[in-house]
Amino acid sequence: MREYAAKRIALFFPTVLLITIIVFVVMRLVPGDPAIAFLEGDSGGEYTQADLENLRAQFGTDKNLFIQYFDWVGGLLKGDFGDSFWFKAPVMGELKERIPVTIELAVLSIIMAVVVAVPFGILSALKPDSWLDYAARIFTLVGIGIPNFMVAVLIILFLVRVGGLAPLGYEKPWDEPLTNLHQMVFPALALAFYEMAFIARVTRSAMMEILREDYMRTARSKGLAEQVVVFRHGLKNAVLPILTISGWQFGRLFGGTVVIETIFLIPGMGRILIEGVFHRDYPLIQAEIVIIGVVIVAVNLAVDLLYGLLDPRIRYA
Amino acid sequence: MQVFGNQNTAEVELTVRQEANPWGAGSILSGFWSFARRKPIGATGAIVLFAVIAIGLLTRYAGIAPNDPDEVGVGAKFLGPGGNLFLGTDQLGRDTLSRLMFGAWISMKVGLVSVLIGITAGTLIGISSAYAGGIADLLVQRVVDALMGFPPIILALGLMAALGASDRNVIIALIAILLPGATRVVRSQALSIKELDYVLAARAIGGTSTRIVLRHMLPNVMATYIVLITISLGFAIVVEAALSFLGVGIPPDVATWGGMIQLGRKFIDTQAWLPIPPLIAIGVVVFSVNFLGDALRDVLDPRLRGR
Repeated sequence: MREYAAKRIALFFPTVLLITIIVFVVMRLVPGDPAIAFLEGDSGGEYTQADLENLRAQFGTDKNLFIQYFDWVGGLLKGDFGDSFWFKAPVMGELKERIPVTIELAVLSIIMAVVVAVPFGILSALKPDSWLDYAARIFTLVGIGIPNFMVAVLIILFLVRVGGLAPLGYEKPWDEPLTNLHQMVFPALALAFYEMAFIARVTRSAMMEILREDYMRTARSKGLAEQVVVFRHGLKNAVLPILTISGWQFGRLFGGTVVIETIFLIPGMGRILIEGVFHRDYPLIQAEIVIIGVVIVAVNLAVDLLYGLLDPRIRYA
Repeated sequence: MQVFGNQNTAEVELTVRQEANPWGAGSILSGFWSFARRKPIGATGAIVLFAVIAIGLLTRYAGIAPNDPDEVGVGAKFLGPGGNLFLGTDQLGRDTLSRLMFGAWISMKVGLVSVLIGITAGTLIGISSAYAGGIADLLVQRVVDALMGFPPIILALGLMAALGASDRNVIIALIAILLPGATRVVRSQALSIKELDYVLAARAIGGTSTRIVLRHMLPNVMATYIVLITISLGFAIVVEAALSFLGVGIPPDVATWGGMIQLGRKFIDTQAWLPIPPLIAIGVVVFSVNFLGDALRDVLDPRLRGR
């Protein structure tokens, strides 16, 4: 296990390096000068050459691309993500308050997805072609097909009708736990909808396959109670694919938070990313994409390690 | 004997062709019929999709929309459904039906163009990468891995920030997020095709790399190509709508489904009707395309199942 873990962890660093390179290349090599964009957006297109040069010097975009890249990565290593063009303040200062909000949203929604999807998937695998199975299959079909902003708008429409819309904004969970839950539970549901459907489908097909295995028949013929057969022999083996999929989905969730936070007006990372895009705030956008990329790689690493812990076949392979 | 033999081969070849490619040679209509009998839901999806494409084209080029989508004050503000203007009006009194029809044009144009370019390029890169092998293949695959590691919408947002909001730039961003996936799927297929005897034979008679890639390998991934195009179309339409909804895709002064939903969100406290027509439009198109894609995948390329 130790060797397996070391190998996985060693892979983490080159991947993160690759992320920074890609983010930098995508953001800087596409045409468009952030200084020009900034000046044109700010003062209606009227600016002098001196203004432009000044701003370029201030942003550091007048330097060689390689130097820019190494300046930036050197800063990242020290936890310095650079200064936001728009807010004219360190990016990290802007993000510090917002990262926990988005993480709360993502964690809440992956928990909701797993808690609903796994039992649903197991039941529908145990009783194929029952009404419950049909309900589960229709739900997965709808859940995977329908875009998340659609779910979100429909939820809000419903809440407006019923009158259960949460107060706008965001209360910290340790200040106002109930208000916080009220504010977060519906966005998390909108975000979780796709994952719920997807995890339910994976659980169903994994369980269906496992139910046909010889060891299940053996367990039954030993006279074990049905619950013991299903949970100890069946579910234990289904955990691996479910875990992998949930890990992958966590990355997808981060993409979804951008849309969901905008619709539900939650002050998280996603909403400020949209503002960053409006203002072409390169340091802010770069910082966000790097953070999201690193979180995704870290979650995948955690899933890999858990996988090795749960299934001895993998760490010895 | 020889004559007999030839006839037989010809006949066999003909039937094989018809089965392998139900709507290529012969009449497209009869091909569609046999598809419709096997996959009625998929066929319905195809009809809906073509209807929406037709509406989009006719709105843009034949002016079948009852009103100018951007004309302010066609009716009173916030008219409900029914009445003179079939789907009512928005906060400026613009005709929702006309805006919806014009939105169909934008969605279809952006979706189809980006998917055709992105999947075609991805397919060519995938085949070439598999055929070339070695360092080139390794490099392409690492870049593909890294690009696929990011959530697609985040990658699109980064590109939109760099490029600025316009329909051309939405297409570029969509191509960038469609290309890596297509490259990976096609490459894995091309790897097995590369080892087949006819590729060896083509090389043995002195076929150039370009010829082998284009004439021998490309035709054999066509099924995957068609399935990828259909499946990706729904995804592209949703991402375009999401970007326009967020206000960073197509500029907000153009009538798009995503933009209409954004307006609906703004007035949602009092005007429940406003976001409904574009939501239904996107839902119908996305489900039609997905059903068509699933049916085509089952018929053309069962290996892709579950992707």
